[in-house]
Amino acid sequence: MDTYVNDAARNEAYSLPLDKIDVSNPQLYYNDTWYPYFERLRREDPVHYTPDSPYGPYWAVTKYRDMVKVEVNHKVFSSSDDLGGIRIDDPPKGMERPSFIRMDPPEHDEQRLVVSPTVAPGNLAKMESMIRERTCHVLDGLPRGEEFNWVDRVSIELTSMMLSTLFDYPIEQRRALIRWSEIAICDINAPDAPVRSEEDRFAELVKFTEHMNELWEDRAKRPPTFDIISILAHSERMNRMPLRERMGILILFLVGGNDTTRNSMSGGVWGLSRYPEEYAKVRADRGLIPGLIPEIVRWQTPVIHMRRTATEDAEIGGRAIKKGDKVVIWYISGNRDEDAIAEPNRLIADRARPREHVAFGFGIHRCLGNRLAELQLRILWEEILNRDLKIEVQDKPVYAYSNFLRSIKFLPVRLAA
Amino acid sequence: MPKVTYIEHNGTAHQVEVPVGLSVMRGAVNNGVPGIDADCGGECACATCHVYVDPAWLERIGVPEPGSMEASMLSFAAAAEPNSRLSCQITMSEALAGLVVRMPEGQH
Repeated sequence: MDTYVNDAARNEAYSLPLDKIDVSNPQLYYNDTWYPYFERLRREDPVHYTPDSPYGPYWAVTKYRDMVKVEVNHKVFSSSDDLGGIRIDDPPKGMERPSFIRMDPPEHDEQRLVVSPTVAPGNLAKMESMIRERTCHVLDGLPRGEEFNWVDRVSIELTSMMLSTLFDYPIEQRRALIRWSEIAICDINAPDAPVRSEEDRFAELVKFTEHMNELWEDRAKRPPTFDIISILAHSERMNRMPLRERMGILILFLVGGNDTTRNSMSGGVWGLSRYPEEYAKVRADRGLIPGLIPEIVRWQTPVIHMRRTATEDAEIGGRAIKKGDKVVIWYISGNRDEDAIAEPNRLIADRARPREHVAFGFGIHRCLGNRLAELQLRILWEEILNRDLKIEVQDKPVYAYSNFLRSIKFLPVRLAA
Repeated sequence: MPKVTYIEHNGTAHQVEVPVGLSVMRGAVNNGVPGIDADCGGECACATCHVYVDPAWLERIGVPEPGSMEASMLSFAAAAEPNSRLSCQITMSEALAGLVVRMPEGQH
């Protein structure tokens, strides 16, 4: 087995009494020491009850097949903010920011159908040449022979440009969107958190929404286009949403549109540097790129968990779930489940059935932007290979203090001169 | 063995033998027919094996039950039509020998 963690983490994961294992601790993701805890749960207690956590009691679903069953059963396992939403921590009272990811049918369906044309295949085909042009420009501007942060110079740079296109937002101000995205999604207890309380977060997000309202009103006066603001401004169902709902849908696109793909862009570089023999396979056969992309997304798993709430008594993997229980689906564990994925800790460039992973979720809440994410990643790797860039990773990545997004903050690299 | 014709969005046709009992999705994936992604591996959980059933076959194959998971997933697929199905939910039988399905511009 590929060991990712020091013996101390492994010893602790296997010596704790089972009921003391709490995989919600953001430290596990900050230190990247989560592997043995989930490995033990998958083997010994795959649907695991943690009676006491900072977020209250919860069930941890750790096996791939159990996750699929929960995700397709949205009637029993609700995403609604009224019951607690989609994260292990409940939304702050009075400051909820609802959007369709935090709704059940029929409200979910109505909103999702309005916004999905933004990232539908027809619109993606129109974006491809623009994404390629930007990717070439960013790669060609990288320094040679000196260390730089791949996350900032490539991953954030490319995904912030994508965000400005999705919102049709002034591209020169794109880093403002990244800042608001960080504010929207950060753990307020993280050492580098840009906001320290839910009240401060909410105040910043009000500013963001009011700022975007100017664009919204402008789009309403113009003919409809495919950017998300225009689609919302021209939608009879969504154009007059109250502030917090407007905030909710904008934040969903803001975070979903950058912080996930960003981390796959960084994670792919880290992963292929750990498995140079896999990178050699892709260099020798470009035909492997279509399979490499979903494999990178699986290996990184940018979204660590999703949460549901049981609307009635139910059963998962033989365990009795009570109405009202909090059920947390740990994608990060499902994508390392040996019973679903062979040698799951390895990044394998020519893996059989690479598309079968749980990083995008399943069922009606499955990631809306998954094909846009894959398109950006495919172009990035095609252009890295076109240039035969020798990316030398200088040190292991620095991860965010978060149990929700597996975000890479820093990845020092050097390009051979 | 019954055959299925899969027609890509660009018009390229692939005629493939699909064993009875296998899904139409699996028939494509096992034979490397492009245009069917099947991300969930046949769990009716992703809508990336979306096909348009040739109108001549629609009555025999039927449409998904209203309110079913397939109907729900299909409602979020790009460019769904009244003859849209998830090919993982169509099981091959002798009665379906000669079936023709078309793929959308992209799976989403």
